[in-house]
Amino acid sequence: MFYREAGQFKTSYQADNQIFPIRQDRIGIAVVLIAAFVAVPGLATDYAFSAIFIPFLIFSLAALGLNILTGYAGQLSLGSAAFMAVGAFASYNFVLRIPGIPVLLAFVLGGLSAAMVGIAFGLPSLRIRGFYLAAATLATQFFVVWCLTKIQWFTNYSSSGVITAQEMVILGMAINTPVKKYLLTLTVVCVMAMLAKNMVRSNVGRSWMAVRDMDVAAEVIGFRLMRTKLLAFAVSSFYCGIAGALYAYAYLGTVEPEAYNLDLSFRILFMIIIGGVGSILGSFLGSAFIILLPIVLNLIAHGLSLPTNVASNLELMVFGALIIFFLIVEPHGLARLWQITKEKLRLWPFPH
Amino acid sequence: MSFFFEVFIGGLLSGVMYALVALGFVLIYKASGVFNFAQGAMVFFAALTCVGLTEKFELSLWLAIPLTMLVMVALGLAIERVVLRPLVNQPEITLFMATIGLTFFIEGLAQLLWGSQPHKLTLPIEDVPIEYFMEKFNILVSQFDVIAALICALLVTGLALLFSKTKIGRALRAVADDHQAALAVGIPLQQIWGIVWAVAGFVALVAGLLWGARNGVQFALTFVALKALPVLILGGFTSVPGAIVGGLIIGASEKLAEVYIGPLVGGGIEGWFPYVLALLFLLVRPEGLFGEKIIRRI
Repeated sequence: MFYREAGQFKTSYQADNQIFPIRQDRIGIAVVLIAAFVAVPGLATDYAFSAIFIPFLIFSLAALGLNILTGYAGQLSLGSAAFMAVGAFASYNFVLRIPGIPVLLAFVLGGLSAAMVGIAFGLPSLRIRGFYLAAATLATQFFVVWCLTKIQWFTNYSSSGVITAQEMVILGMAINTPVKKYLLTLTVVCVMAMLAKNMVRSNVGRSWMAVRDMDVAAEVIGFRLMRTKLLAFAVSSFYCGIAGALYAYAYLGTVEPEAYNLDLSFRILFMIIIGGVGSILGSFLGSAFIILLPIVLNLIAHGLSLPTNVASNLELMVFGALIIFFLIVEPHGLARLWQITKEKLRLWPFPH
Repeated sequence: MSFFFEVFIGGLLSGVMYALVALGFVLIYKASGVFNFAQGAMVFFAALTCVGLTEKFELSLWLAIPLTMLVMVALGLAIERVVLRPLVNQPEITLFMATIGLTFFIEGLAQLLWGSQPHKLTLPIEDVPIEYFMEKFNILVSQFDVIAALICALLVTGLALLFSKTKIGRALRAVADDHQAALAVGIPLQQIWGIVWAVAGFVALVAGLLWGARNGVQFALTFVALKALPVLILGGFTSVPGAIVGGLIIGASEKLAEVYIGPLVGGGIEGWFPYVLALLFLLVRPEGLFGEKIIRRI
């Protein structure tokens, strides 16, 4: 009843090719965007910004990056946190060493650095695949964090190995309150999500999906494997790099290389699994889920007044159990649930 | 030169320990095609349960070990029943993710049951240098390491025989090849998976006891799984001898690299050196040293 596209005719190729061809979707996206840009900054508290909204957006972006690599191009990676680290530390160094560089340009350069590292560590994917590749990407994870810890130039010789993100100034305006940081992050994420959505619908995305589904076949019908795979690694690392820079600049403020550890990589992997592998929307849903779950569990544990160590162990267990539960009940993630809901809504309230 | 050999032999012997953990991975991968990330958590769980039993109920070690064995078998069967059975015939990555979920669950469970403080585990094997090597070659070789290596060798022989000579072993390999085809020819999939996970639980127990006696039973034990991964890559995911050889290579080269290359680049390279080594190796042989050659068709 609410979601019925009967009567919406497309009379031009342009109309047929738009990102959201159904009017209800366009309205929905507009509502979400207005809520995110107008309602949330007006209503939310500073705590909500720094504990929920900003990390949610940043992790969505990282999940988006991994989803491009794993979900669309089919290359399993456990090193996303390493690419985030490269992005963050490269941005830090660009801001530090090039006086007067715009912060956003530094982010882009940081992302490009991450993309370069991504290409370097993506090279093995031409020879190996599946779990071998997953285990090999762990090399990225450990190597990058080690490099950033050991080579002190990256942390500007700070004795503790911790960097403090410089103040962000964009067009003469200092981004120093949670609301401003939120809006900056939101803008970046919106732009990049839009780009990703378009990328996966274009011939680039199609070639990724062809490689994912059967790389030998894709090669036979003329896709250049090397270019496609390395491009996936580059784009994915670029997204992760930007997310990492935002993680340092808009979320934590001060950050050490160890913050980008294997745990973070796993959390991003969980986001795309729970959200939905091979889905842009899924990256957001998964990120929201993984961010909110510990908060909700903590509230429950607090309500039951459990001791903290019991609570934290229970949190681990619930976390693990939920992942398994999701995989069993809905291996395609939350995005698929949303899709099913939409299909049901087309007919609702009529049975057929 | 004797220093070199000391490092080398120490590396080989610690490689045996890696191999032991890698063995648990290989077992499950070989028999069910599941890349079991939870093996490290299982090692932790086994060691902690064993120590917990001796400490809380003041049981002797000889009673605690079989009891832990029972717990591990029960855990294995439960995993098969609750996690794997509903996931039959899902893509490999889904199964892999499920084992990561399992890792969290087991880690939480272990610490919920037995507390999260580190424990000391004493096995009746002393960690003293063997005098014979000391006098003859002037090399420090720990008795503990040698006995651990022997236990490992015994375990591997047993497993190799199980896989190649018995009916169960054949069924295991059939299941690994193709779940559905195995089901179709009447191999009881559930039973086979139950057995495999129980055996993997047993291997985890042995690894947990040896590692626990070495480094204490604490959360860091779960990270031995990460040490086992390069071993797997190097040796091939499907090969029991591969796990051993891979373990030895990784163990020895890691220690040598730490001692001889480490100081040049600032130390602490043990964390990533095995991975990079394994990665370089993969570029030459993408299926690992003893892994099955993957033939792909369209």
